[in-house]
Amino acid sequence: MKPYLSIENMTQQFPDGNGGALTVFENATFGVEKGEFVVILGHSGCGKSTIMNILAGLAEPTSGAVVMDGTEVKGPSLDRGVVFQNYSLLPWLSTLKNVTFGVAARHPEWTKSQVIEHSTKYLAMVGLEGDVIHRKPSQLSGGMRQRVSIARAFANHPKLLLLDEPFGALDALTRGTIQDELLKIWGGTEQTVFMITHDIDEAILLADRILLMTNGPFARVAESVEITIPRPRNRTEIIEHPNYYAIRNHLVHFLGTRSKAMAGAQSDKSHPNRPQTVRIDKTDGADDPEGRQPALRAVNS
Amino acid sequence: MPTLSLNMRAALLSILLLAFGLLIWEAAIPAQKLATELTEYERLTGSGSPKAGVPPPSQVFAKAWQELSNPFYDAGPNDKGIGIQIGYSIYRVLAGYLLAALVAIPLGFLIGMSPIAYKALNPFIQVLRPISPLAWMPLALFIIQDSEASAIFVIFICSIWPMLINTAFGVAGVRSDWVNVARTHELNPLKTAFTVILPAAAPTIVTGMRISIGIAWLVIVAAEMLVGGTGIGYYVWNEWNNLDLTSVIFSILMIGIVGMLLDAMFGFLQRRVAYVE
Repeated sequence: MKPYLSIENMTQQFPDGNGGALTVFENATFGVEKGEFVVILGHSGCGKSTIMNILAGLAEPTSGAVVMDGTEVKGPSLDRGVVFQNYSLLPWLSTLKNVTFGVAARHPEWTKSQVIEHSTKYLAMVGLEGDVIHRKPSQLSGGMRQRVSIARAFANHPKLLLLDEPFGALDALTRGTIQDELLKIWGGTEQTVFMITHDIDEAILLADRILLMTNGPFARVAESVEITIPRPRNRTEIIEHPNYYAIRNHLVHFLGTRSKAMAGAQSDKSHPNRPQTVRIDKTDGADDPEGRQPALRAVNS
Repeated sequence: MPTLSLNMRAALLSILLLAFGLLIWEAAIPAQKLATELTEYERLTGSGSPKAGVPPPSQVFAKAWQELSNPFYDAGPNDKGIGIQIGYSIYRVLAGYLLAALVAIPLGFLIGMSPIAYKALNPFIQVLRPISPLAWMPLALFIIQDSEASAIFVIFICSIWPMLINTAFGVAGVRSDWVNVARTHELNPLKTAFTVILPAAAPTIVTGMRISIGIAWLVIVAAEMLVGGTGIGYYVWNEWNNLDLTSVIFSILMIGIVGMLLDAMFGFLQRRVAYVE
């Protein structure tokens, strides 16, 4: 059976300026299940943002298809909410109006007071209440702006929420707080989330599954790492979990050396490039003879 | 002694400069001889007439007081109050200007949104823009055959360019992120134009409108000198023909004040649409 969101044989090429074509990634094939929180990790230039833009419908792949909930993705839609790295709030609107803007677009049949009530509720969920919501984005801190952007996206209940490095421009402390907010607001919903990040710890904290991309050109989604740490998670407690460092080491190792080593390998064009599923779990493997080595079990799906 | 604020000190300095300037002006005017002291020849050539010399500021103020205390009298084609004359000028400026805005802003939107429209229309804009608006006057008079409408056309043609160019520039420069927000919220093109692109480009558009109204006010004076009949430009020229320099100086001041008020209106609008990124 097909996953909820299915990316099939997706290839992206750009003109290289000399009449040829530069292949960013080729035959990428992976899926995201309903309600799943999937994070994609990879170096700059591997095409993460391109994948994100294609999923959002803001760009079209050279070939291949994106199928969500049985229908092919063509163009942007309210079913796919996006939180951009630079917040993308409209600076001439107040905080509240930035959210009602989205809610009114989603529910044109609602009355003004319904829209305001719904928007205020979601702003409160990210900790923005009182006078703050009548301020302009320029009068808010970076962290607060990103909260508004998150509230706008969640308030619309999209089928798929796309987060494009949402915390990339924030300082480490603010990032931590907003990650917690995101976990809290996500925990209360069945929201399917697809997120890009550079931050390994952030990925482990938030994700059900991490997709690892090799370096481009000819990047591919090489591995799909399950995060075998039970929820609800909390940043101070997960580092105590026996799987935490095993997973983290695996990711660091991948990004540090293997992403480079696996780069540029042109694969068999006729086959979809599916990621290899990796499951690292040391909780039931206390008697693992390999001791400290993370137990890698490749499951070809 | 308490220190005055910067604004207070600047205002004080302005008043001092004004007083100083007026004093020099007043002192520089040679004293007029009384008519009885003039020779027969001087009386005949008018060199003794107070109206023939540059009037001192005190006379200009007296004239201003007289005109402004009854600005709307109408005593025939060549004797109308300053209020009526300015009213005609403002009417022509606004008529030509609003017509120009109606054309320039939608067209600017189109040019800003579409690179092909920009490239196709750019040569025409570049050729038409530097033409002095008054150069259109003979053609306008011939084709339109109405001096009133020709003056309005001249205002139209001179105020269209800054609005057109600024609108196109502002629309083309709207951040793609904001347009993407509109796209991911499935706004139709019309709604995107009004809720995202227009407010985003508004500061640039209003700047163009402000430049245009300034140019239109500059041009109306010259245009009315040519077409005649009514308006502040005609008034200046008429008083020059009457050798009434007091009225000429008074109307010059009025042109400045009205121009300043028009600019201030757009300055206010500019502050209303401004936003901080």
